[in-house]
Amino acid sequence: MIRDFDSGDVVYLLLAARWTVALVVSATLCGGVLGFVVAIARVVPVAPVRWLAIGYINLIQGTPLLGQLFALFFALPLIGITVDAWSAALVCMSIYASAFLGEIWRSGLQSVHQRQWEAGASLGLTYRQQLGHVVIPQALRISVAPTVGFLVQLVKDTSLAALIGFVELTRASQIISSATFSPLTVYTTAAAIYFVICFSLSQLSQVLEGRLHVTR
Amino acid sequence: MSLVEIDNIHKRFGPVEVLKGVSLKVEKGEIVAVIGRSGSGKSTLLRCINGLERVQDGRIIVDGIEVTAPNADLNLLRQRAGMVFQSYNLFPHLTVERNVMLALKLVRKLESSDARRIAHEMVGKVGLAEKFLAYPDELSGGQQQRVAIARSLAMQPALMLFDEITSALDPELVGEVLRVLESVAREGMTMMLVTHEMNFAKNVAHRVIFMHEGRIHEDGPAREILAEPRTAELRSFLSAVLH
Repeated sequence: MIRDFDSGDVVYLLLAARWTVALVVSATLCGGVLGFVVAIARVVPVAPVRWLAIGYINLIQGTPLLGQLFALFFALPLIGITVDAWSAALVCMSIYASAFLGEIWRSGLQSVHQRQWEAGASLGLTYRQQLGHVVIPQALRISVAPTVGFLVQLVKDTSLAALIGFVELTRASQIISSATFSPLTVYTTAAAIYFVICFSLSQLSQVLEGRLHVTR
Repeated sequence: MSLVEIDNIHKRFGPVEVLKGVSLKVEKGEIVAVIGRSGSGKSTLLRCINGLERVQDGRIIVDGIEVTAPNADLNLLRQRAGMVFQSYNLFPHLTVERNVMLALKLVRKLESSDARRIAHEMVGKVGLAEKFLAYPDELSGGQQQRVAIARSLAMQPALMLFDEITSALDPELVGEVLRVLESVAREGMTMMLVTHEMNFAKNVAHRVIFMHEGRIHEDGPAREILAEPRTAELRSFLSAVLH
């Protein structure tokens, strides 16, 4: 039964977009915490820890997100572990985000000049105080733009979760498209919703950069 | 006991020996200018004194703290020995006020109101009271360096180390920084300065140390040493920097 694309479908897409946003927000939070650990592990003066971090980053960055999703969703049940689509998508996106955010923040930490550490040290600040009050605040400001850039990418990458049946914006579009048989209208609407989410993020980045005086 | 006692220190960076057995005593209230060609080890000497570089051999004692001890309390040492760098190294994300207050709060554990009062006083002393709320990138190089001096002095150190603090400045900005140094000197602060400003060394320092190839080559009263160098190395160095 083919019907017309109407305002009800737009509402349906918007409701599905909530899951896209929920997935991005949750993956950013979980991946952010994990990414912070990765960033620190990447710079600690203990070689085996650094190697482990580098191996992790290369493995995650060097394999397709879709492959990771399939591995988790379809391969794990083969060994008796079943995961629902939401959990699989969340775990995958979090791990994926942690590898990229870890590297972005690691480079932010290392781009703060050695002289800033020394200036802190020469005033009697402890290593932790130098890190917390001198280096991290500067590294954060440097990292705002690349972090948001990655998150914009992550928003669009959540569409891969459609392929394991997680009903977010893209999966919802597929469903409505096959019901209304007007893919152009449906996917254009979906693209517009993605654009609004991503554009808001970029604007947020601008505001943050201004507030944090990134040029300083 | 002297404020700074250095006994036969050796410092190597890989295969390069930068300090080849330096011994030196600095008394309280003394102002010592350290001069020499680049690579002679003068900056490294200063950095060893406040523990930014560890020596391989020898002993350094500053204000009763043994810097070279394996378990030396470097944070305590650095409260006693302030250091100002060639590149100012103000914290770019903090205002002038916060730059000066940071260590007062974190290290000396002062309340914000006390820290702010001291910061006001010190920044006023270097003549920048009107820049209190400015960020470092809104200041000229000379102004930034004056703030760096105020930030260090605010910790009330027993000794101040100045590492070529005018070398990165445009020539017209050097004077304002040297005037601040002179006023610090007048207050009786013990100072060690690595400098290329020979006139300043002659007029303000009590004593000049000429370093050459990792050793102290000449050491004596400033005017005497600069007017009548005893060695060919110092003569050739002075004729190179004065012309």
